[in-house]
Amino acid sequence: MANRRDFIKISGLGLAGMAMGGAAYKALANTFYNTPETDGISNLNRTPTYCEICFWKCAGWVYKNDEKKIWKIVGNEEDLNSNGRFCPRGTGGVGMYYDEDRLKTPLIRKGERGKQYFREATWDEALDYVAKGMKKIADEHGSECVALFNHGSGGDYFGNLIKAFGSPNIAAPSYAQCRGPREVAFLSTFGEGVESPERTDIRDTKCLVLIGSHIGENMHNGQVQEMSDAIDKGASIITVDPRFSTAASKSKFWLPIKPSTDLALLLAWIHVLIYEEWYDKDYVEKYTFGFDQLKEHVKNMTPEWAYGITTIKPDVIRATAKEMANASPAVIVHPGRHVTWYGDDTQRLRAVAILNAILGSWGRRGGFYRPEKVSVPSYPHPPYPEPKRTWREAFPGQFPLAGLALASGICDATIPSLSRDCSIRGWIVDGTNLIETLPNQQNTINAIQNLDLLVVVDTMPMEITGWADVVLPECTYLERYDMIRTGPHRKPQIALRMPAAKPEYNTKPASWIAKELSKKLGLEEYFAWNSMEELLDWQFKKLGTSLEEMQRIGVKTFEREYDDLYFGEDEEVEFVTNTGKIELYSTEMEDAGFDPMPKYTPHEEPPEGFYRLIYGRGPAHTFSRTANNPNLTDIMDENKLWVNPKVAKEWGLQNGKEIWLKNQDGVVSQFPIKVRVTERIRWDSVYMVHGFGHDDKRLKRCYGKGASDANLITRVHIDPIMGGTGMRGNFVTFLYEPEPSIIKEKSI
Amino acid sequence: MRYAMAVDTKKCVGCSDCVVACQTENNVPIGYCRDWVVEVMDGTYPQLEIEIRSERCNHCANSPCVRCCPTGASHFSDGGIVLVTHNKCIGCGACIASCPYDARYTHPDGYVDKCTFCIHRVKKGQQPACVAVCPTKCMYFGDLDDPKSDVSKILKKRKFKTLIPEAGTDPKLYFLI
Repeated sequence: MANRRDFIKISGLGLAGMAMGGAAYKALANTFYNTPETDGISNLNRTPTYCEICFWKCAGWVYKNDEKKIWKIVGNEEDLNSNGRFCPRGTGGVGMYYDEDRLKTPLIRKGERGKQYFREATWDEALDYVAKGMKKIADEHGSECVALFNHGSGGDYFGNLIKAFGSPNIAAPSYAQCRGPREVAFLSTFGEGVESPERTDIRDTKCLVLIGSHIGENMHNGQVQEMSDAIDKGASIITVDPRFSTAASKSKFWLPIKPSTDLALLLAWIHVLIYEEWYDKDYVEKYTFGFDQLKEHVKNMTPEWAYGITTIKPDVIRATAKEMANASPAVIVHPGRHVTWYGDDTQRLRAVAILNAILGSWGRRGGFYRPEKVSVPSYPHPPYPEPKRTWREAFPGQFPLAGLALASGICDATIPSLSRDCSIRGWIVDGTNLIETLPNQQNTINAIQNLDLLVVVDTMPMEITGWADVVLPECTYLERYDMIRTGPHRKPQIALRMPAAKPEYNTKPASWIAKELSKKLGLEEYFAWNSMEELLDWQFKKLGTSLEEMQRIGVKTFEREYDDLYFGEDEEVEFVTNTGKIELYSTEMEDAGFDPMPKYTPHEEPPEGFYRLIYGRGPAHTFSRTANNPNLTDIMDENKLWVNPKVAKEWGLQNGKEIWLKNQDGVVSQFPIKVRVTERIRWDSVYMVHGFGHDDKRLKRCYGKGASDANLITRVHIDPIMGGTGMRGNFVTFLYEPEPSIIKEKSI
Repeated sequence: MRYAMAVDTKKCVGCSDCVVACQTENNVPIGYCRDWVVEVMDGTYPQLEIEIRSERCNHCANSPCVRCCPTGASHFSDGGIVLVTHNKCIGCGACIASCPYDARYTHPDGYVDKCTFCIHRVKKGQQPACVAVCPTKCMYFGDLDDPKSDVSKILKKRKFKTLIPEAGTDPKLYFLI
């Protein structure tokens, strides 16, 4: 066998090596420079925070140096999300504060949308503009025609504002573009969702099954930590991925599946477990509904059947099923997180849920635990007005099981169409770069061009700010208070974020922005608190602590109140489903007109000369948000296109060669991307890390670095059950020279 | 006392958190680093293996860098930790050329810089910043002469290797395999 060696220095001294020499005189002049022995830690103060770089929200401490400037961020050891260890993004959070490209002052558009003509404005002017625009839309079309898109802490304040204003249209791309199908599938099976942080008991598992989930490359902190704990304790990992991910390299079994066929593998596993009688019979008998129907349903879904679809050999399918059964109930078939792939994602996740159910892992040690969280009281305010219409009316009869508003749905409901009553006229976008977040950029831009008002609140000049009428610069999380962090975990816990420094430039916290806007809209009674300190202290006192105590400890843990972490031996568990049981056969799906048990349907394959575009995470970045962070670009400053050596040979591609990508619809990547020839990717696919190829020149460090996958995702497979936007059905081919893109020809 | 570090290649995911934490802890300028991550892959699809290593100065007992330093800036400190006294360093680069591990770089202020095993933290009973931050807890630090130290215990339990043993430098950075 040929032995190819692929040696990569992920981060290193490349730059530094070249930068040596000269400057020696400086060292002599600088004789009083502190040597490393100098104690730099004394006389420091530290302030608590929780991280805003991703949704995991790890709690930690911000340390300042002798000049009282922000120095470093480290984890809080009491914090269940981080156990005192931040991930590279959280550690590099200081870069968000020091980034010199930050938005610095409010901006008001001077020219047409999409061009960078802004004038600087005062806060009063900018907020007047926003309030007038919102009132005009309310007068002419109704207040529900203003929608909010948000991600992160600012949603608390703008959500309150927009509900007080009379609109129910609040959406986060984290639902329809990410984990929505998972939540719907688990809700319809177990009556409860997976939630965030996930309730997976990885630290005590004996077998962890990852379906395209790349823990270790996604730095979902607690899960990365627990996967490492599980490895230490000898757990086996089974990874299903067309790419040899980092997790695959830690696995006992790597199943290099043909992309888009995962559901066939899952059904074959269910078949094997049932027909070999390896499933948890007592658990199935006691807790589930519809086992006989399931058994009949998967009768012909044998490993041999799945082999022809997935390219995974039948003996491997049986061996991995046995591996799970041996570990049962301490086994996790991981639900993943970003699961909007092919448009039948809810059904694929239903198969994952069913597999967990027949392995008896839900509610069991090493499977899925029962989380608890602290319920934080809301500061009193008048009731919200009853909205006249919601986004759902734009999609009559569609997506019946969508539990939350669809970001993509609100976007679509902004574009006039004869077939629907298009009502959205104004967007407030807080902390989410919709241009990179929503698939089909041209569609997003069409929607934006139909708006009367686009307000963007962000810390960085992300692409979406370039389309805004008003840009409101928020200070970073290191410069502000925010609402109390509460989230489900093994024990209920709360955490405080407080400012470590005053807001730089002319930036303000979202809490202040929303409160000031409420005054201009006559809604100030919904923001009845005078300051965040007052609000937080009121809430903390209701929870038996105080702002003063939380400033000292950062994190407070409470005892569980309701039940145990796992089901008891003889516990009668009532599941919140129609039958009160775990529904292997879903009555909810059936009632809504969908298959009550998942079926495999083939998906389109790449045409000749094209390759399936797969994207994922790099450990040093979150979405497209961190691409300009100086500390994190130092680790990874561009994405590369992973290409199998066979494909590279056919196309004459070498490592480092810059190429352009063209997708099935003729859309060409805006920037070239460097090739990384590697055995770690299947020959029918290419892979890149999401979040690069930024085209806003104000992002000086990341402008034009790498390519944007979102740019190339023009074909979207919508999940009819809940409206998720499947994004893995796009195919690309290689161009040696740039060529005009369809998207540019069509641009308005 | 002989300080040493062991890195578990079976647990490391190559996230580079050790690099970022070192940079902030030690005020290493952006564009430079005292530790780094290496990924080595072997095989052809689908028979593949990866080894991921967080690397840094090996704090060799037989250190070419200390031997070749003309000013004595490079020296042994407590527990065999190799340090550079910045105000004695003339930036000649002899140590950089002598190091088989490529662990040293010239700081923009003109002196040579490298990993200190975070001696300022270790003296206070803390772990080096990279060890303390690692989400996979893949690094173990301590005194080889103390059988109860984390590093002694893990080296007793697990198979390990050092890098470029043929250089004869007696390195103190071990990789668990």
